[in-house]
Amino acid sequence: MRRLPLILPALWLGLLVAMPLLVVLVLSLSFPAEGIPPFSLPNCAEGVNTESFTLLLEDPFYRDAFLGALAVAGGTGLLCLMLAFPMALGLARAAPSWRPLLLALVLLPFWTGFLPRLGAWIGLLRDEGWINGLLQSLGLIEAPLPLLYSWPALFLGMVHAYLPFAVLPLYASLSRIDPVLEEAAADLGATGPVAFLTVTLPLALPGAAAAFLLVFIPAAGEYVIPELLGPPSAQLVGRVLWGEFFQNRDWPVAAALAVVLLILLILPIRLFQRLEARR
Amino acid sequence: MLRRLLAATLCAAALLPIALSASPPARAQQAVTLNVYNWSDYIDPGAVERFQQETGIQVRYDVFDSLETLEGKLSAGRSGYDVIVPTSEPTFARLIRAGALRPLDRAGIPNWKNQDATLLERVASSDPGNRFGAIYLYGSVGLGIRPDKVRAVLPDASLDSLDLLMKPENARALAGCGIAVMDSAIDVLPSVLRWLGRDPNSTDTGDLRAAEQALLAIRPHVRAITASGSILDALATGEYCVAMTYSGDAIQARARATEAGRGVEVAYVQPKEGAQLWFDMLAIPADAPNPEAAQRFIDFLLRPDVMAGITNEVRYPNAVPAATPLVEEAVRGDPNVYPTPEMLSRSFTAEVLSPQAERARSRLWNRFKAGR
Repeated sequence: MRRLPLILPALWLGLLVAMPLLVVLVLSLSFPAEGIPPFSLPNCAEGVNTESFTLLLEDPFYRDAFLGALAVAGGTGLLCLMLAFPMALGLARAAPSWRPLLLALVLLPFWTGFLPRLGAWIGLLRDEGWINGLLQSLGLIEAPLPLLYSWPALFLGMVHAYLPFAVLPLYASLSRIDPVLEEAAADLGATGPVAFLTVTLPLALPGAAAAFLLVFIPAAGEYVIPELLGPPSAQLVGRVLWGEFFQNRDWPVAAALAVVLLILLILPIRLFQRLEARR
Repeated sequence: MLRRLLAATLCAAALLPIALSASPPARAQQAVTLNVYNWSDYIDPGAVERFQQETGIQVRYDVFDSLETLEGKLSAGRSGYDVIVPTSEPTFARLIRAGALRPLDRAGIPNWKNQDATLLERVASSDPGNRFGAIYLYGSVGLGIRPDKVRAVLPDASLDSLDLLMKPENARALAGCGIAVMDSAIDVLPSVLRWLGRDPNSTDTGDLRAAEQALLAIRPHVRAITASGSILDALATGEYCVAMTYSGDAIQARARATEAGRGVEVAYVQPKEGAQLWFDMLAIPADAPNPEAAQRFIDFLLRPDVMAGITNEVRYPNAVPAATPLVEEAVRGDPNVYPTPEMLSRSFTAEVLSPQAERARSRLWNRFKAGR
């Protein structure tokens, strides 16, 4: 009877996590075929097909897609941290009566759909969009700046989408630091910046690491933002996977890309779990 | 036995998420319902209305905006659609080879004979004997341009050739006002090969390398490589001054830009080197729940007056010659919509490629997109 509460999460995990993963794994070892569906399963006569994985190892295009995705995810994580830290600190130090409102403001973007927000950025950034229009009417530029479909636009979209994920864990860890600690440091002769760097910052580090990973892990597989805002050369793994699945109809290669991405993310995911367990 | 069971389970597991996402339309109880899956903005809404009134068949009309979406849904099986509109190459030909289409019963389509025989012959390279599809609409691949912007930077360039995009010095000059190329290897590579004076359907490594070099030479000046649908929108709002895309998309963008009245002028350039033709086909999935109703719908669409209404609405030519006199003068007189016989004679179609050749091309395309 006591085990009953465990059945539901186990069912949930089995149905929505383990099963799809198994399907993807089997698919990645299947043979591409012309038909419906466009693959044939591993079988006794032919064995398993490892060529999809060989292709990923051999063609530098795929290696670059992974490296690019990890670099973009890392960059997004760092940018989010840099912006989220002052925000979270402000939240944690704000008067308690203000906190609910400020927290609600951090979460406000979630009230609008993700795609309309990206659409708004497209409207702002395009050649005849608001930003170029404003700069031109002020006489600062003559020809419109190519803002859309660029790396800065890509990072802008990524940071915009993932920033709340960095603010919340940082806020959680900063608000748990007793302000008395900094006062004690001041009593012992530390100036404000020194107290911050030697007391508050080290105590916030686990929260910062969690914030970074919480952004990094989903950002690594991002498809929509590079597609809508990024330059064509941003062939990151999410876009490449889409192309293999829909344009080349090579479902086994698409599945193999997903498997490799998952393997690459296991390390950061484990790290995140460790940090969470310690808290 | 156990192994079989295991294989069946694996198979079912593999199909489960697909079956869920495809969500086949519910079967009709009594009244016949016809499920049509067509490109977005691609019909005269009055035609569907009229078909329902004449036949009493309910039409459930659904749209897609890329061949990938269509093929993705059909690849999973049991899509529930009765009539689909795939493009001759690559999707229509691939669906035939995959056994996903049902042969048309011409006895049930008396208006089949209305189609232009020479155009049907051109589709035969994708569908030998024209067994699986009737021609809905067709068009070419070329450049949607903003003539005023192009003139401003290239006063002497001739606006009738792919030189405008493919010559690096032109591309460099046009980079500032925006170059886009649709993200579709099958619709771009053949024209590039033709521009180089090679066989558009070549699988020769040397030819493909030449095409890759030509594309990479203009790559630094290309701002967007994206779906044709987004190019249509962006052309209409004046985002690009040169975009390689489908004829009808450029012509629709022109109409939208005129409607918006914001001073954006759009024109279509059919390359004089010879343009790639494509055909959108009316076809019936092999597992269509209502093939008889599907045949009646196809027959209805092939009527001259119905076809003329569709062409007037969407500005793509049809393959029913008897419809031409019923098409608005401005549309049928526009050589960019209805190619002249001379243009048609220089045009070409994409052919079926082996999976290896397709893969070589898709990798080339990936390198072009990545720019290395």
